[in-house]
Amino acid sequence: MKARPLTLFALLYLFVLYAPILLLPLFAFNDGTVIAFPLQGFTLGMVRPPAGDAGAAFGHAQFADHRGERLAPGDLPRPFRGARGNALPVSGQGGDHGFHHAAAGPAGGDRCDLASGRADAAGPRKRLWSIILGHTLLCIPFSIAILQGSFSNMDQSLEEAADRPRRDAVLDLPAVTLPLVAPGIVASLLICFTISLDEFIIAFFLSGNAPTLPVYLWGQLRFPARLPMIMALGTILVVLSILLLIVAETFRRRGLRRAGVKDSGGFL
Amino acid sequence: MNALTRALRSEGGKGLTMVSPPLVYALLLLAAPLATIILFSFWTQNFLEIDRTFTIANYAEALSDPLYRELMLRSLRISASVTAVTVILAFPVAYFISFHVRPDRKSLWLFLITIPFWTSYLIRVFLWRVILAFDGPVNGTLIGLGIIDEPLTFILYNVNAVVITLAHAFAPFAILPIFVSLEKIDRSLLEAARDLGESKAMTFLRVTLPLAMPGVLAAVLIVSIPTVGDYVTPRLVGGSGGTMIANMIYAQIFDLNDRPMGATLAVLAMAIVALTLIWGISRLRFWLWLAEGWGLWAALAAALAEIAAIRAFFLLGPAILGAPATVLGLLALATLGSVLIFVMVPKGRAGI
Repeated sequence: MKARPLTLFALLYLFVLYAPILLLPLFAFNDGTVIAFPLQGFTLGMVRPPAGDAGAAFGHAQFADHRGERLAPGDLPRPFRGARGNALPVSGQGGDHGFHHAAAGPAGGDRCDLASGRADAAGPRKRLWSIILGHTLLCIPFSIAILQGSFSNMDQSLEEAADRPRRDAVLDLPAVTLPLVAPGIVASLLICFTISLDEFIIAFFLSGNAPTLPVYLWGQLRFPARLPMIMALGTILVVLSILLLIVAETFRRRGLRRAGVKDSGGFL
Repeated sequence: MNALTRALRSEGGKGLTMVSPPLVYALLLLAAPLATIILFSFWTQNFLEIDRTFTIANYAEALSDPLYRELMLRSLRISASVTAVTVILAFPVAYFISFHVRPDRKSLWLFLITIPFWTSYLIRVFLWRVILAFDGPVNGTLIGLGIIDEPLTFILYNVNAVVITLAHAFAPFAILPIFVSLEKIDRSLLEAARDLGESKAMTFLRVTLPLAMPGVLAAVLIVSIPTVGDYVTPRLVGGSGGTMIANMIYAQIFDLNDRPMGATLAVLAMAIVALTLIWGISRLRFWLWLAEGWGLWAALAAALAEIAAIRAFFLLGPAILGAPATVLGLLALATLGSVLIFVMVPKGRAGI
């Protein structure tokens, strides 16, 4: 490679681009609740508790999604039960939840508590549907971009050759066209999954009392004591995204190879 | 009926039927909320009850309250700085990938650059708060190296932190369009310029840069539009000095229970962003045109004169005309100028 300063600049740029992600596991395996350099200790001893909590949180999110009913205070994971560490008294009146949670959190009007307590006539199930609709809208352009790539790389003559005897494009679809663009379809499925998994704003505005993982994390950012858990959960989320991405990229490249075209870049 | 079937069987008709489900879906899910927001902005809310009488009181209040104006101007300023930082830093990287990386390695570089973008936005922003913190890695390293004695305090919970974080988050959006337009440049043009005696720097300035301008412009648009309305970053790293218009919209809708006001601010923000961008693009075309015909000084003078005029209008206007009239008048005049420029001034060499 020529042009040394430019190379150095590009490498430095790449390093800064990755700085947050590189620091994430470093902090997740750190045993202090205060995140700062120098790291207090580099033991693996703290990995298990946060990882366990993370599992609980993830499970909670799924639980909340699938139950399709309002959470009772006893069902909430620990941070929701108030700073005093014990569960909130079961009020029995759904409308009170918001007040209890807001009063229990260290910061008065904590957003996630409000979200989980906002008594909404439409239940979580309906909320979930609105998030799905929003994420679908968000994913359509990305999906189109990726699929467009695999369609434009497809050799048109193959489809034409198949077309000749029957003159029916609909019949060609499963036999010829679909296998050719299948890697593109898989890649766009994975990308859409990743986008929806990480999306925050739409879920934040629409989730109500069935938070998705990023919305749950947002609520936890307020609690300094929960930092190791946030970091562990964040690591899991990031690792999952990167794994999905690498698989998607592999599929995309396989599609390109199958179409016999030279690779010309990433997803966007 | 017959005509309809024939129309559907034609090449264009087939395409239209195929594309219509997602198109209808996208239109419905974009148009319906947009229409609701515009409708809401003409209503008022009294605690929980929405008063459906048509009024423009929200707009009058939004345009005259100095708090909203300050937040909107700050959002525009932050967005402009983020765009400048992102595009200036992204250009050398895109240039490097396009001109100095081996062709078979290019896709790997692009993949590496896009990976951070696909990871959770929330986590990345939060990690910037950790990195820039009082006792975070940046301060720790600088103190450890003996460059500074006390931790830097101007890098967290203010506008700088928002700019740094957003510039990081939007980096791939700037690199990719610039890279695409650099890739499209015919390399033989550069050779021709060198053969005809241009220096390396002049070749870059007079051939590469103008040809890459469409990509740069796309990068500017892609970065500046979403950054004006960012919510998460100012909330997490901005502190009170870095609050932006989106935070105010959120506060109006959820915390203050004033949905119509939030809707009004959203509509105004959309309009102002659109008009500001149109202003920027049209003036760029005008200044480049002036620089080509009358020289660099004429362009510089025109630019400074207009910016000074806008500042004066903004300072003196509220006292004479009242705040809403000042803002609306300024927007109207600037947009009139933009339209005139788009009609009268031809596209320059840079394709703007």
